[in-house]
Amino acid sequence: MSETLPSVLIIDENATRASIIEAGLAAAGHSQVTVINEMRGIAAKIALHEPDVIVIDLENPNRDMLENIFQLSRAVKRPIAMFVDRSDTEAMQSAIDAGVSAYVVDGLRQERVKNILDMAISRFNAFSRLERELEAARGALEERKVIDQAKGLIMKSRGVDEDAAYKLLRKAAMNGNRKIVDVAESLVMSARLLGDEGK
Amino acid sequence: MITELSAGFLPLTDSAILIAAKELGFAEAEGIALNLVRETSWANVRDKLAVGQFEISHSLAPMPIAANLGLTPFDTRLIAPMALGLGGNAITVSTALLARMQDCGFSGLDAAAAGRALAEVVAAGKSRGDKPLQFGVVHPFSGHNFELRYWLSAAGISPDSDIEIVILPPSLMADALASGQIDGYCVGEPWNSIAVARGAGRIITTKSSIWASSPEKVLAVREDWAGENADTLHALLRALYRSAEWCGQPSNHSELASLLGSSAYLDQPAEFILPALDGSILGASVPSGGRDFFQPHARAATFPWQSHALWFYSQMVRCGYVDHSAANAETARQSYRPDIYRAVMTGLGAPVPSANSKVEGALTETIAVGVSSQFLYLGPDGFFDGAVFDPDRLDAYITSQNS
Repeated sequence: MSETLPSVLIIDENATRASIIEAGLAAAGHSQVTVINEMRGIAAKIALHEPDVIVIDLENPNRDMLENIFQLSRAVKRPIAMFVDRSDTEAMQSAIDAGVSAYVVDGLRQERVKNILDMAISRFNAFSRLERELEAARGALEERKVIDQAKGLIMKSRGVDEDAAYKLLRKAAMNGNRKIVDVAESLVMSARLLGDEGK
Repeated sequence: MITELSAGFLPLTDSAILIAAKELGFAEAEGIALNLVRETSWANVRDKLAVGQFEISHSLAPMPIAANLGLTPFDTRLIAPMALGLGGNAITVSTALLARMQDCGFSGLDAAAAGRALAEVVAAGKSRGDKPLQFGVVHPFSGHNFELRYWLSAAGISPDSDIEIVILPPSLMADALASGQIDGYCVGEPWNSIAVARGAGRIITTKSSIWASSPEKVLAVREDWAGENADTLHALLRALYRSAEWCGQPSNHSELASLLGSSAYLDQPAEFILPALDGSILGASVPSGGRDFFQPHARAATFPWQSHALWFYSQMVRCGYVDHSAANAETARQSYRPDIYRAVMTGLGAPVPSANSKVEGALTETIAVGVSSQFLYLGPDGFFDGAVFDPDRLDAYITSQNS
């Protein structure tokens, strides 16, 4: 039981989604979790972290490149595609439906990976659901409303007034070269998911 | 009764036959509702074939061979009962590398001339101690990788030590070229035309010049599904044959370019797609492979030649992906199924080659061969360096390319 949990690398260009998976794994006791949002220099990053498990979204066009890196990196631990064991077709189906794929280091026992994958699948599904809800809300609600919600969250967590909360939002948007409403949206989405923690 | 079939495709001009089969009603006429799903990677296609979300897919020509040789995850066996056209790729280099090749006297699109100029540039870079040039391809088990490596080797450039080959998704190639991350790439259309339109690079040669009349994509079908659904498969092949005929008609090219360019498919302006279809991508020059850049129908363009499968296999051996054995060669050969194609198309009254294999490089020009009551035009089918691939002398070919 004293075995350490496998180290996990999450590759997702959607930073919000990656962070909710990371938070979920952390809550489940995984201390070695790394998130990569940027594909540049990915080979070096993988070599540096030597993850036992790599989680990647299916929309990422770099899967072919990534698999080639695994093929070439014979020196380091070599990850292989998930579910080489065809007996687990059901799990494979649900992962693909959720839009996530995983690679595990050869030899790692299936049951040690299952929790990680289950977590990724449920978080991907939850994210898609919320994204759909937000999409619907976007039509009905003004962007204002999302920004107000985000402001409220910042006011509560930072203990600042409304004006200061808005300035923080604007600063985050400018630094990230994003729209204020997008930053507000990520914030609201993360808060809702992270709010479910520990249940 | 309508049978629904889900097929993956990647947004490339050579997905034309599948898309036209759905949009022009050829599939429906055969009782098939084609559900085309756009994918972002070949890994996704492979996974969805494996779990049964797809019965069939647009596929890199070497992919079924790699799958059956056990070189990919999952033990899903795939067959290629039909090719999806000949040609369609090009090699594009950055404007900076082009300028250095032009200093060596290069112009035009001829593979031999481009190879000579690149070899000079590489040799000069080596003597200066420059970092090796980087070229991108989309997948190790792709026509792009094998023809790029073949072309480099034949030009005296080692694809392993003189140049670095990296894997990149097609949609990122033009940006990587513009930003100087890579110096060139071999990829399917429209990703060459897009780089040219953005001013990021220029096409220096084409797949059709490196290996005339060579296959690029095939229809990949799960072998177990094909066995249990022969009637549906046959109906699908008939629909795709009619679609290929339509795609090959010059009078349909601009309609096809608009269709492929629409947001559901390639989501690109039609003017980036048309040059590959009508051959204007070749400009004024006539490369050694002839005027055909991408051929979806004529010259038996959809016939799954087993000599094509064996050539890809010979290159997999050359790259060290697989060890050569008689059993492996047989697995590769059997991945392409001209027997299924012939049975279906003969029923349509279409002219079909009577052989399963041919000597690649035997035809230096287009010739008419008698096929029962009709004529079928074949060739040219040679490699730019004049080498000949005789599938009956596979062992000797594999030995010679390792020396």
